[in-house]
Amino acid sequence: MTEIRTISYREAIREALREALLSDPRVFLMGEDVGRYGGAFACSKGLIDEFGEERIRDTPLAESGFTGAGIGAALGGMRPIVEVMTVNFSLLCIDQIVNNAATLRHMSGGQFSVPLVIRMATGAGHQLAAQHSHSLENWYAHVPGLRVVAPATVADARGMLRKALDDPDPVIMFEHTALYNAVGDLPTTSDLTVDINHAKVRRGGRDASIITYGGSLPKALEAANKLSGEGISCEVIDLRSLRPLDMETVLASVARTHRAVIVDEGWRTGSLAAEISAQIAERALYDLDAPVERVCSAEVPIPYARHLELAALPSVDGIAAAVKKALRQ
Amino acid sequence: MKTSYDGVDLRREHLLELARQMILIRCFEEKCAELYSVEKIRGFLHLYIGEEANAVGVMQALEAEDAIVATYREHGHALARGLPPTEVMAEMYGKAAGSSRGRGGSMHICDAAYRFYGGFAIVGGGLPLAVGLALADKMLSRKRLTCCFFGEGAAAEGEFHESLNLAALWKLPVLFVCENNGYAMGTALERSEAVTDIYLHAESLGVPAQTVDGMDVLAVEEATRLAAAKVRAGQGPQFLENRTYRFRAHSMFDAELYRDKAEVEEWKRRGPLVQFKAWTVDRGILTEADFNSLEGEVEHIVAEAVRFAEAAPLEPVADLAKDVMTPGASETEARS
Repeated sequence: MTEIRTISYREAIREALREALLSDPRVFLMGEDVGRYGGAFACSKGLIDEFGEERIRDTPLAESGFTGAGIGAALGGMRPIVEVMTVNFSLLCIDQIVNNAATLRHMSGGQFSVPLVIRMATGAGHQLAAQHSHSLENWYAHVPGLRVVAPATVADARGMLRKALDDPDPVIMFEHTALYNAVGDLPTTSDLTVDINHAKVRRGGRDASIITYGGSLPKALEAANKLSGEGISCEVIDLRSLRPLDMETVLASVARTHRAVIVDEGWRTGSLAAEISAQIAERALYDLDAPVERVCSAEVPIPYARHLELAALPSVDGIAAAVKKALRQ
Repeated sequence: MKTSYDGVDLRREHLLELARQMILIRCFEEKCAELYSVEKIRGFLHLYIGEEANAVGVMQALEAEDAIVATYREHGHALARGLPPTEVMAEMYGKAAGSSRGRGGSMHICDAAYRFYGGFAIVGGGLPLAVGLALADKMLSRKRLTCCFFGEGAAAEGEFHESLNLAALWKLPVLFVCENNGYAMGTALERSEAVTDIYLHAESLGVPAQTVDGMDVLAVEEATRLAAAKVRAGQGPQFLENRTYRFRAHSMFDAELYRDKAEVEEWKRRGPLVQFKAWTVDRGILTEADFNSLEGEVEHIVAEAVRFAEAAPLEPVADLAKDVMTPGASETEARS
């Protein structure tokens, strides 16, 4: 009989890293402060003692250099996991990700694959102000040649890494900073890997589909919970994979509920929410009983002051209000 | 040129081979320029004419298992590495038989069989990747090196500094070869760097570095053999700054308003083929007839490459999205 244990999202990431390092000698972790410091979010705490500094490799503050080195090491037969501390700093290595990792396979006529996993924290919510609060998942989800995933639950944090490492192409894994302390139940035995290709219905419902991912999932679930007290039944879909998008799951849900509310911490203009909205309009317009609603971040650099930051980000109340609007309530 | 070269085979056979490779690159690229003007080759075309001694000299010191990372001006490197001229030309034509199935073109010639990772067309973008290839070799205890070519323009990029630092810090087997042709597109080195000796930048980052006469193929081979031996001995990265010059414009769109014709002519007098021919003929090792014979041989190779490229089929449009992702990988759950 399988027992259940409760661990945090951070511990789940660490367990997944440890399992990957134990199971494949080609796997190594590289990034700023992943070793002696234990990871900026403590995801790799203690791993340097177990695996040594060759495989838990501290890097200088050289995002482009070490991300490109990850691409090269992947080409050279290793299975690197590059940790870019946050998506904000990934703007210093986006050249390597977009111009090299994403292009190499196609540009070489299929000769070179880049089996690289890049993990990065994303999102706002800790009063870190404009330069440390970005949600730029859609920038990467825009690019052919990349796979982009966003574990939103402890089970996904534990299970997605193995699948990402099995993938022969570059995978970017976004971990929302608000999730690291979240706790969840996992079985103590059995295969913990998860499907990274499909979205998942996290809560069934009849009246509206709330489509979201990553750090917004807990907010969407809370909003759905709140609305159920008012007699409104919401289905909540966790996209999980941001590229490719599993639109089949989304469209099937919309076909049942006839209303779509998309929650995305990115800025509305040019967002993933915009892409999903467009695809719903293209493929399921006649299933809809109301216009698509989007709940995104306000179009401002995310401010420091708590009340302003909260006003800028998707909120439980904002999601509930959008659902009611779609229901004309 | 010098009177002696340490560690370089100065016998006839080897010198003939050096001449053959340089003449092949020259002849191949002159044909490319011609084909560009009649629109057989499109996109960007960056010619290496004038710089041939560098790719040819460096490649002599590399082994089949070594990796090569080059730039968008890489036809010469591809040919000197031994890639079939037919496939390189077919790539220029955008044909499926090209080195990169017509997906890359002039700037992205790749061939896994030769560990030729290809042309990288964002200046400086190949350096981190070369560091990573070398890191993999070191972690897997493989005795081979990665040779990374780039121009002096790359020295202004952050990736240059990041990559040299990583290679030095981790003592990685990388041979950095800076082909300093004096101009980053149209910007002269003294207009872009406060310290114009690029090897000093490398030294300051802990990478042993030296300058080399990049118009002298024997000097390039000599320096590369010495540097490669140190890299192979596990001493970490080495850096060569090859002083060279491109005789042609930056690309086919360049009107060359930024440099004097007299300067170009002066460098042409020191051209790698002119000098090498004089040096070998003066010493009675090669003859005028050898060079004439090589030119005939090479013209035949280039004509054959053009014939191959002309006749080769195009990739079917139905295969447009092929090789964006690895086939089957999007359904990884089936593979567990």
